Formats: sequence, C-alpha cells, structure tokens
Amino acid sequence: MIVKVWPTVSPQSRSSPTPDAVAILRLEQLTRIFAVGDQFVRALDGVDLSIGTGEYISLMGPSGSGKSTLLNILGLLDRPTSGEYWLAGERTSTMNDDRLADTRQREIGFVFQFFHLIHRMTAVENVELPLMLAGVPMAERRARAHEVLRRMGLEARVDHRSNQLSGGERQRVAIARAVVMQPKILLADEPTGNLDSVSGGEVVKIVEALHDEGLTLVVVTHDQAIGSRAHRRLLMRDGKVVQDVSG
Amino acid sequence: MKLADRHRVAFGALARAPLRTAMLLLATAIGVAAVLVLTALGEAARVYIADEFQSLGTDLLVVMPGRTETSGAGAGMMSGATPRDITLDDARALLRSSAIATIAPLVVGESSVSVGSLERDVTIMGTTASYATIRHWTMASGEFLPDVDMDRESPVCVVGSTIGSELFRGEPPVGRWLRVGDRRCRVAGVLARQGISVMVDVDTVVMIPVAMAQSLFNSAGLFRVLIQARSRDVMPAAKRFVLATFRQRHHGEEDVTVITQDAVLQTFDGILGALTLALAGIAAISLLVAGVLIMNVMLVAVSQRTQEIGLLKALGARRSQVLALFLTEALYLALLGALAGVLAGFAGIWLLGNLYPAFTFRPPVWAVLGAVLLSMGCGMLFGILPARRAARLDPVAALARR
Ligand SMILES: Nc1ncnc2c1ncn2[C@@H]1O[C@H](COP(=O)(O)OP(=O)(O)OP(=O)(O)O)[C@@H](O)[C@H]1O
Ligand SMILES: [Mg+2]
Repeated sequence: MIVKVWPTVSPQSRSSPTPDAVAILRLEQLTRIFAVGDQFVRALDGVDLSIGTGEYISLMGPSGSGKSTLLNILGLLDRPTSGEYWLAGERTSTMNDDRLADTRQREIGFVFQFFHLIHRMTAVENVELPLMLAGVPMAERRARAHEVLRRMGLEARVDHRSNQLSGGERQRVAIARAVVMQPKILLADEPTGNLDSVSGGEVVKIVEALHDEGLTLVVVTHDQAIGSRAHRRLLMRDGKVVQDVSG
Repeated sequence: MKLADRHRVAFGALARAPLRTAMLLLATAIGVAAVLVLTALGEAARVYIADEFQSLGTDLLVVMPGRTETSGAGAGMMSGATPRDITLDDARALLRSSAIATIAPLVVGESSVSVGSLERDVTIMGTTASYATIRHWTMASGEFLPDVDMDRESPVCVVGSTIGSELFRGEPPVGRWLRVGDRRCRVAGVLARQGISVMVDVDTVVMIPVAMAQSLFNSAGLFRVLIQARSRDVMPAAKRFVLATFRQRHHGEEDVTVITQDAVLQTFDGILGALTLALAGIAAISLLVAGVLIMNVMLVAVSQRTQEIGLLKALGARRSQVLALFLTEALYLALLGALAGVLAGFAGIWLLGNLYPAFTFRPPVWAVLGAVLLSMGCGMLFGILPARRAARLDPVAALARR
C-alpha cells in the first residue's frame, strides 16, 4: 500500500520493532534499466516498497532477478532510471553527488559477499576508515573501532591484516566497519555467500544482534534457511517484487 | 577527512607498493638530479670563462684587424674583405693618447723550437715587455722580454715552464740558447706556471720580441694590439682615440675592431647562459618523462585499486576526497623524488668538483627551485588524470571488479 502523505521520522524506538513502524525507506515505481550494447536490460521493473524503521528483511530470488540492483539503489550507490526513492523522508533523486556520499556515510552500512577489506591495512584500520573519512580524530576513532571489533569478538585480531584472518573473521571486520558510524540501515548482499555454514551462522547471529538493537536490516541471500529467519521476506523475479510475506 | 589522515593513507599506499614507489622516485630523482648537474656544468663553464677574462683586467682594450658591426669575441675574423694590416707604427701611434697607459702588440704563430737535437713545435707569441704588465704575468725565474724599442729584434726569449723543462731536460733554462725556426735566442726567463689562460696554454709557449716574430713569420701585420687604459673611466675615450687614429692612418677607413673586456665577457656570458638554459631544458624533459611515468603508474594503481575506490565510495567518501587521496599520492611521489634528486644531484656535483677541482660546480638557485617545483608540477599535472578517473569511478562497477 502506498502512503501518499509521508510522516516525518520520529526517533526510533529501541524496543521490539513492528513491521509498520515509521517507514525509513520507500520506493515508488522504481525502475533500473541497463543499456548493454543496443539492448536494454530491465533489472528493476516497477518496484513499490516501503520498509519501516527497525525491520528485518530478507530479499531472495533467482540469479539475475534484480536483488543486488535493488540493494545498490537502496544504499545510494546507484540511481534508479525512473521512479522515486525516499530515504528517511527525503527524496534522493534531488540529492547531488556529495549529498549522496554524506548520506551514505551517516545512514547506511554495507556488507558485501567478498568483504572488500583493504589488504594493506590492519583490521582496526579497516574499521576506522569510515570514521577517518568523516574526519573523526585519531584517538577517538581508534577507541570506537576497538569497541566495535570487541563486540564482534575480534579483540585478539585488531592488528591483523586481512590475509591473516579467516573468511568469517574478515566478514566480521567488514560488519564492524559497516556499523562503526552507527547507521540506521544495514544492507548485506549475500554476506554468507563466501563462508562455510559455521562462519555464516556466526555472521547471521551478529547481524541479528545488531537488528535487536534497532538497526534496520536488509539481507540478500540464496540460503533459504537464512532467508526464512527474517521477519519479512521478499521474493523477486524479473525485476519485480512478487512476494512480500511478514510474520 | 583530516589532512594528516589523507597523508597517512597516501603514504601507506606508497609504502605498501615499494617497487612501484621506488621506480617512480628513481625516475623523478634522475630528472631533478640531471637538472642540477647539467646546470652546474653550464654555470661552471660560465664562471670559469668569466674569471679568465677578469684576470685579463677590466681596463683592457683589444684591437684586431677587420671591421665588424657587432662587438664580441672573434667577430673581427668573420668579416669578409681582407682588412689592412695593423703595423707596429700603428701600434706606436696609440701611445700618444693620455687615456692609454701602455700597449702590447701581439703576433701569434707556430714554429719549431729546438735545443741541440731536441725539437718541438710550439706556439710562438711575439710581443713586447709591456705584455707581462698587461696580463699580470709573473716569472718563475729570470726576466720577461727586455723593455726596448719594439722594432728591435733582440735575440732573447721567454719560455713557458713546461716547454722550458722539456727542452732543457730539467736544467735551468735561463741564460741558455735555443733555436726558434732559423733564429737563435737566449732564454731571459721562465714564465710562472699558470696553465691554460684565455685558450692558450701558457706553459707551452715561447715568447719572442714582436719584431723577431714578424720576420720569422714574414708578416708585417699584427694579430692583436692589447691596450691598457689608464683607468676604467677613460675606456670610452681610449676606444674613441684608437678608432680615430686608425681611421686617420688607414685613409679614412675604419677597418679595425676594438673590443673591450666587457663586450667579450658579455658575449661569452650570453652564450654560456644560453648553454646553461639549454642544458636545463634538456634535463627538464627528463622531468616531463618522469611525470608521464608517474601518470602511467598512477593509472595502473587506480585500476589495480578500483575495488578499494568503490569501497571508499560505499563508505561515504566524496569524489573530492578520492581525488585528494590520489593527488596526494602523486604529490608525495614527486616531492620525495625531487628530494632524492636534489641529494643525488648535489652528490654528483660534489663528485665533479673532486674530479675537476679547477672548476666551481654550483647549480644556480633558480635551477634547484625550478627542478623541485617542476617535478611537483609534473606530479600534480600527471596525477590529476588518474585521480579524476578514480574519483569518477562508478562505485557499483568498481566494487564488482574482481
Ligand atoms: N551494470 C550492469 N550492466 C548491465 N546489466 C546489468 C548490470 N548490473 C546488473 N545487470 C543485469 O541486471 C539484472 C539484475 O542483476 P542483479 O545483479 O541485480 O541480479 P541479482 O539478483 O543480484 O543476481 P545474483 O543472485 O546472481 O547476484 C541481471 O540481468 C544483470 O545481468
Ligand atoms: Mg547479486
């Protein structure tokens, strides 16, 4: 259902979130068309979606159905070809490049399938990166990065470079990096796709713990077991959301 | 992003790719060092020549046969028509001016010189006693040519120190006789050792009275007349007098060239200054090459670090931040390379100074500053393209790159 008049976002409640809590993301007739040679690929084909603050959502669907495309647009890494996207009540289509970057920095955390740690940096330096970009002074950001890594159970790994870490540890460092700025939204694109089931399980536990603290969580996954843990499960096919199941 | 952090990240990236960094530093350093060494060479030549002419004295005028429009070294020899000879009488006439202190006629030629069976081909300079005064020459032993009338062919000579000890096998030459061509003369003195002065190796010349040289080479004409003015201030008056005298004596024709130290010096200064500039230009090209190299390697770095750039953007880095990061890296390369180049350049110059102590090797300040600034400029200029490419990368595509 599309709400025409958009309520202003009130401070999010830290108690158990309900699906119809204050909506933080809203998409309206969103399309994303890629030009490939003289062909056009409709990666997203009219998506209407509203996500409330503190929701826990899984996004599933066959390969090529548009999951990553949707996630990238939600994360302001990509812009839709048409349609509207409101983030925290603000129209994103009018934001300029710097504004998009700043919003990304403040509001959104990303977790990727391939971790994307910078190899030449240690775990704690990787986690410090967003704080550094935001201009947080050295001492403060080191303390904050240490704190988040500790919560990920990585206090013994802070000074290791990524090639000295296991896959599961790398992904936990990446999650620490994604949440160290205390964003409202965590977007994860197949976060367990490159992990064994044990490490994958740990990663799921961690993001769910973060969700319990109020983080809005969107997880793209091919793993039915993981997908079914979400409170709201979206199924995509051919660029459309074809199923939206809550509870 | 804090400035210190930007530098830390850029430095970290450079430190983590030591080979690439070392190559770029080397390229830049070579360019900067080349500028320093080459300009130091040019300057050394300029200073050396300037000093040489300064040693002649600044109150010196030189008359040479032939008319030329431009003043300067050797210009008199370039005019087409055969000029009238300058004779000893012409030279003597110059002494009438109160602006002129003294003159020395000069005839130069090659001749064989022998003592017993020892024979050498040497440069013969025919002149008078005042030549030593004008050139501030000193004697190692004995006397210079006697102060007699310039027409007189007194059978005396003066030898350079090298030729003296060669001809007399190390024995004192003063008072001994030697043969110059078909003439005999007694050695009056040995010149103090002074090496090459104004292109002539003084140590290997034999000097004889000007009249003897004229008959030896069978020519009435003088090669030069050196004139010492009474002071620097009367130089223009002396020059006017010389020109007027020759016009009168040569039937109204002004067929001699009078050059002054200043003019010669200026000409050499101009030529050598241009040489230094040309050398600097050549060296600057190597800096440009270094700049292009920096650009290429930075472009490779950008494509190697595409994922990293995508990640930075996903973490909220603005375009300007990514741009600044890569520019800082390029600037670091240029600056460190320039510093290394300055060190290497001065090391090379120090080495040159030890190899050739007769010269003063010192790069001009403008060359040092210019080289450093130019390399920084190149770093910036050639760093901008890769940095912009990095800043404009589409984050989704960048992250997808494997
Ligand atoms: N940059 C692009 N250029 C052209 N086509 C693209 C681009 N990105 C995605 N596509 C196409 O858009 C469609 C959706 O891609 P997307 O990556 O969103 O799928 P996905 O659901 O994430 O698939 P997977 O489960 O394999 O990751 C696909 O057909 C894909 O080929
Ligand atoms: Mg995908």
